[in-house]
Amino acid sequence: MSRLSQRHLLGIKNITSEDIELIFDTATNFKEVINRPIKKVPSLRDVTIANIFFENSTRTRLSFELAEKRLSADVVNFSTSTSSVKKGETLLDTVNNILAMKVDMVVMRHASAGAPHFLSRHIKANIVNAGDGTHEHPTQALLDAFSIHEKLGKLNGKKVAIIGDILHSRVALSNIFALQKLGAKVMVCGPPTLLPKHITSLGVTVEQEVKKALQWCDVANVLRIQLERQQLKYFPSLREYALYYGITKKMLDELDKEIILMHPGPINRGVELSSDAADSHHSIILDQVENGVAVRMAVLYLLAGIREN
Amino acid sequence: MLLVEQFLFVYLNVRKKLILDPLIFDLTLNRLCQQLIENHRDFSESVLVGMQPRGVFVAALIHKKLEEKLKKQLPLGMLDVTFHRDDFRRREIPAKASETKIDFIIEDKNVVLIDDVLFTGRTVRSALDALISFGRPKKVELLVLIDRKHTRHLPIAANYVGKYVDTMESQKVVVELEGQEFKQNKIWLSYNK
Repeated sequence: MSRLSQRHLLGIKNITSEDIELIFDTATNFKEVINRPIKKVPSLRDVTIANIFFENSTRTRLSFELAEKRLSADVVNFSTSTSSVKKGETLLDTVNNILAMKVDMVVMRHASAGAPHFLSRHIKANIVNAGDGTHEHPTQALLDAFSIHEKLGKLNGKKVAIIGDILHSRVALSNIFALQKLGAKVMVCGPPTLLPKHITSLGVTVEQEVKKALQWCDVANVLRIQLERQQLKYFPSLREYALYYGITKKMLDELDKEIILMHPGPINRGVELSSDAADSHHSIILDQVENGVAVRMAVLYLLAGIREN
Repeated sequence: MLLVEQFLFVYLNVRKKLILDPLIFDLTLNRLCQQLIENHRDFSESVLVGMQPRGVFVAALIHKKLEEKLKKQLPLGMLDVTFHRDDFRRREIPAKASETKIDFIIEDKNVVLIDDVLFTGRTVRSALDALISFGRPKKVELLVLIDRKHTRHLPIAANYVGKYVDTMESQKVVVELEGQEFKQNKIWLSYNK
């Protein structure tokens, strides 16, 4: 099959492992495209895409915009700081107004979990979730899994530890779904206050000591402490967090095996990752960024290819 | 019994006609290689690019023969045109992309594009578009095993042709190549689509 089972990419939870494999195959082809002297293909030249970001973003938004432009789509950008949302317009009204200008696809980031799911029930355009609150961030999980696949081959049986602020992370949830669908084993590691209750019901193992997690895994995906989402104090100080949960190059070198170090960015250097670890040969952080464009091109291409009846 | 066999023979031949048997197939490839050498001499300024999915197998055959004849290594690439097609969002199911691999410079080179069958010419148009992403070739030529006459949608013609075949749009040319794990290289004309 060369089409996705869904019209929208709302979350990894809604898609199948076949969908993920198809996205990976297509992303591999697009990775070759973005390394050509001319990095552009004309596939989406009759498609207009609106990037609607109700929350701040640099990497994801830039990555989506580049992906769209390399597919030759027309792109309009929208962010809340410069828009009528400030004047009290509802989400549905805002999006309907944008769609009235003949937009075919919407890439959306929103602070509320489920916002893209709500929109998908009311509008005709294809929706790509670029992060909804602390819920899902599907393209990040796809590019993470794709980067692991590229380094280690098939994910089946591989061990991945997700380390850090699991409670506030949409990347963690999407990663868990994606990795499990591809057959990998997942462990989460972090201070007890930053682990959601009942997380084991997702079929992941929980570890509180970072050294044990590193010893267990083939891949460590380190997440940022999301201070902007923390209304309470979840740990005494950043210094203490760095002491107990920060990963240094020394810790990686002391392991009796090679592991891959990942981070979805932005990195708080000296907190969850020391500078020497982030810049070490273990790290594939910049490969993740490169793969991000290829994976997003694949998602947009495959969604746009589904014909409406 | 004989009658049944005869009937089957006639029936099968009506449904599917062999247009290139293994022997003629090989002779045709040899002739195409000679024609290529006539125009490109030692291939010092020329490269071969096979078009996905089946053109790459034809290109591999030509490439092998040319290397044997010229006794030197020649650059061979493969080009997938899926992202350059003009029917994206117009077909029911989007075409699946294949690998593109051109790990040499095509700038100022003579490029020989190779495909199995030339039909509407739309794939070749997409290939020309895709090829330009890698640079500006000095010249692009087209080699096809089978040229289906009177079916072109675009003003495109091949420079080297294995065999011209008169076909109707409803017919199909079926290419079986050893590279695709068929026993022998054969080309058929099929009457039912």
